[in-house]
Amino acid sequence: MELKDKLVNAFMAFENQVDLDHPVHDVRSAAIKVFENRGFPNKKMEAWKYTSLKSLEKLDFSIFPKEAATLEYKDVKKYFLHEVDTYKIVFVDGVYSSFLSETTHQGIDVCLMSAALTKDMYKPIIEAYFNKVASKEENLTALNTAFSREGAYIRIPKNTQATKPIEIIHFATGREQALLLQPRNLVVVEENAEVQILERHQSLSENAVFTNAVTEIFAAKSAMVDFYKVQNDNSTASLVDNTYIDQHSQSVVTLHTFSFGGKMTRNNLNFYQNGEHIDSTMKGVTIIGDGQHVDHHTLVHHIQPNCESHQDYKGIYDGNSTGVFNGKIMVDRLAQKTNAFQQNNNLLISNKSSINTKPQLEIFADDVKCSHGCTIGQLDHDALFYLQSRGIGKKEAQALLMYAFANNVLESVRIPELKKRVNALIAEKLGVNLGFEL
Amino acid sequence: MAYTEEELKKELETKEYEYGFYTDIESDTFPIGLSEEIVVAISKKKEEPDWMTQWRLDAYRSWLEMEEPEWANVHYTKPDFQAISYYSAPNKKPKYDSIDEVDPELLDTFKRLGISLDEQKKLAGVAVDIVMDSVSVATTFKKTLAEKGIIFCSISEAIKEHPELVKKYIGSVVPQKDNYYAALNSAVFSDGSFCYIPKGVRCPMELSTYFRINQAGTGQFERTLVVADEGSYVSYLEGCTAPSRDENQLHAAVVELVALDHAEIKYSTVQNWFPGDKEGKGGVYNFVTKRGICENHAKISWTQVETGSAVTWKYPSCVLKGDHSIGEFYSIAVTNNFQQADTGTKMIHLGKNTRSTIISKGISAGKSQNSYRGLVQVGPRAENARNFSQCDSLLMGDQCGAHTFPYIEAKNKTAQIEHEATTSKIGEDQIFYCNQRGIDTEKAIALIVNGFSKEVLNKLPMEFAVEAQKLLEISLEGSVG
Repeated sequence: MELKDKLVNAFMAFENQVDLDHPVHDVRSAAIKVFENRGFPNKKMEAWKYTSLKSLEKLDFSIFPKEAATLEYKDVKKYFLHEVDTYKIVFVDGVYSSFLSETTHQGIDVCLMSAALTKDMYKPIIEAYFNKVASKEENLTALNTAFSREGAYIRIPKNTQATKPIEIIHFATGREQALLLQPRNLVVVEENAEVQILERHQSLSENAVFTNAVTEIFAAKSAMVDFYKVQNDNSTASLVDNTYIDQHSQSVVTLHTFSFGGKMTRNNLNFYQNGEHIDSTMKGVTIIGDGQHVDHHTLVHHIQPNCESHQDYKGIYDGNSTGVFNGKIMVDRLAQKTNAFQQNNNLLISNKSSINTKPQLEIFADDVKCSHGCTIGQLDHDALFYLQSRGIGKKEAQALLMYAFANNVLESVRIPELKKRVNALIAEKLGVNLGFEL
Repeated sequence: MAYTEEELKKELETKEYEYGFYTDIESDTFPIGLSEEIVVAISKKKEEPDWMTQWRLDAYRSWLEMEEPEWANVHYTKPDFQAISYYSAPNKKPKYDSIDEVDPELLDTFKRLGISLDEQKKLAGVAVDIVMDSVSVATTFKKTLAEKGIIFCSISEAIKEHPELVKKYIGSVVPQKDNYYAALNSAVFSDGSFCYIPKGVRCPMELSTYFRINQAGTGQFERTLVVADEGSYVSYLEGCTAPSRDENQLHAAVVELVALDHAEIKYSTVQNWFPGDKEGKGGVYNFVTKRGICENHAKISWTQVETGSAVTWKYPSCVLKGDHSIGEFYSIAVTNNFQQADTGTKMIHLGKNTRSTIISKGISAGKSQNSYRGLVQVGPRAENARNFSQCDSLLMGDQCGAHTFPYIEAKNKTAQIEHEATTSKIGEDQIFYCNQRGIDTEKAIALIVNGFSKEVLNKLPMEFAVEAQKLLEISLEGSVG
């Protein structure tokens, strides 16, 4: 049976497990219809021109999570940002692991989507925010919406600052031959509130995992959200990450994506600026090698005047890896005085690697400053020679230059421990030991 | 600037489309509609050999199976292909040996277009092949060119006189089945220009074709084929106009350039088809396929100034097949009122050490939509490919839109590709600066637009540059709010 049919059929079984009277059920039913009509995205669709899901569709995925497998903290400690104290929302094979998690209801809500979707006290929030900014048309987002049940639920009330960063981690243990995960996250940051969030997907075996995640983030007036996605999964895991961000006046949202691992990674990042004086920043570093594919698909929709957006994506492609960058900036007629910047730089290291990039501008307002720049090139031979002439090995010299190339993005990471961690990951990815802290 | 302020003022006063007159010349027009019979009839009318008729029929059959493309960022009512007459020729059509024999009324048309043949003959030394509606009317300077061995004639003449050349190269760059409009053109093309520059010859003058849609309810489907043999050089100009009409006229041309080893082709277009009136009624649909192929060390340079057409859908491309070949694309696209343009280029790097440059300037005013769509592709064997692209957009008023869709695909690590794009408006401080020095706002805008477009205007041959500058100003006339 094709995966699409299997999923559509599974929806009936899914309905047996959830409360059919809950308002969210109508949202789910509508979503499965959209998915039934549209199916999986294919290469004929402009947005999926360079990324194929064909090989994934052939796998026989297990769709529903079984009870939680037990993991020892010491075995998975390295995947946590253990140097600092954090709140943790941990899922193992799609099931919440209370043992590994550290949630809270004191002042802020750091808990589960399943609780938010079933308990009455959360109903007003769910009605106000659930599936509001996420696309109702996009194939995979609709699929996720149809099966939305579990994930992270974070709410930071007015004038509150989350004291610790929040980690959302999904483990796949490999009990199933092929596992499909569809986490659904909701982050509501109210007026003048502030939060830092880290998200990570980690497979612990060589079995196939396909994660189709949807995250909705609401940043109310003057809110600050700092979001980090660390994508360093093993080579059998694939990820489609759909993130939708609804920003209001004077809010600041920064999102960093570090893509080092995984077989196929697709990031759909959508920013909607529904207010004035908004700042949206998205940055990414991609370093991949043999057999890997990373696709960054960003959209910044400038709806109101006097807003800014900054995009900076760096990519280093080795082996037979393929990279895709598709950045779209939309500036509505109303959005005068918009400043939108987009930068995409790529290094091709191997002759088998390739990059497809499409920085796109659609502008309907005249008093704006919009620019995009895109380069594809190699390391500067003179710079390389300079370093080598001073006794630095070629490999190290290359790594140093690549590190410098990606550094712009790293500089704006606000959690020092995370910065260190990412540095170490980059050094590991580049296969060098520089003998000093980067 | 090459013209005086008075001239500029005079130009600006002519607010309406100045080429919107209709020449009353008796035409020989086919009944409307398209079928195999019509394709055969066109071929017969042109006294074409069998292989050509067959070639057209092949194209027609594949066209029937194709669907009209919809991916472009333009919206329009699709033309009804059965409501178009596919052949319209000015009637009195003996072969002219000298310019004096041409219908005086037709000559008058050209005079009003400002391309008076005899004047150009004397002053500019430009050899002109004029295609009115569908048929090539006159080719000037034929003798001078013939002495050098250069063939410059209408394509129907070339099919008769030089079948071996046409057979070898037609469809070699743009195959019949390339796309919907190229297939249509291949089936029904009525005329166009053919040019062959022999080995090592540097064409002594600029060759030029002038297109004009005159008859109502006709489509213009011309086909241009330029072949530059090894080590030769040619500069080719193309200009287009159409009278103002309420209905939309269709123009689906195909241009093929072949630059063999060490050859260079410079192809310049000033396109000023009727853009429709202020309400967006009428105007020409301009769906054109232009492509050139470069062999080793060859160079193709496209320069275009696009101010006309209601809908433009055009991507002059270079296939850099040979090693060390060079492709260039310089473009100014101006849209006003309800015009829509989706234009850009494709640079396909296949050979080693190939280079390409793209400079695109888009100016949108009124309620128009202006898109740049480009592709830079570097194949796995294209070592040391180099590309530089720059797309700048200028927005005038808040009712228009500027869009950029650059596709960049690199499959070789030695590729060096840069792309940059900016969008801006004419700064108030810039205008203030001009006003302060006694230049009124209208003229200040013209000045700034000219400056914005300079990089491209500089690439045009002299006479065209002057015409293009004037065109820019006329197109943007009245768009300053």
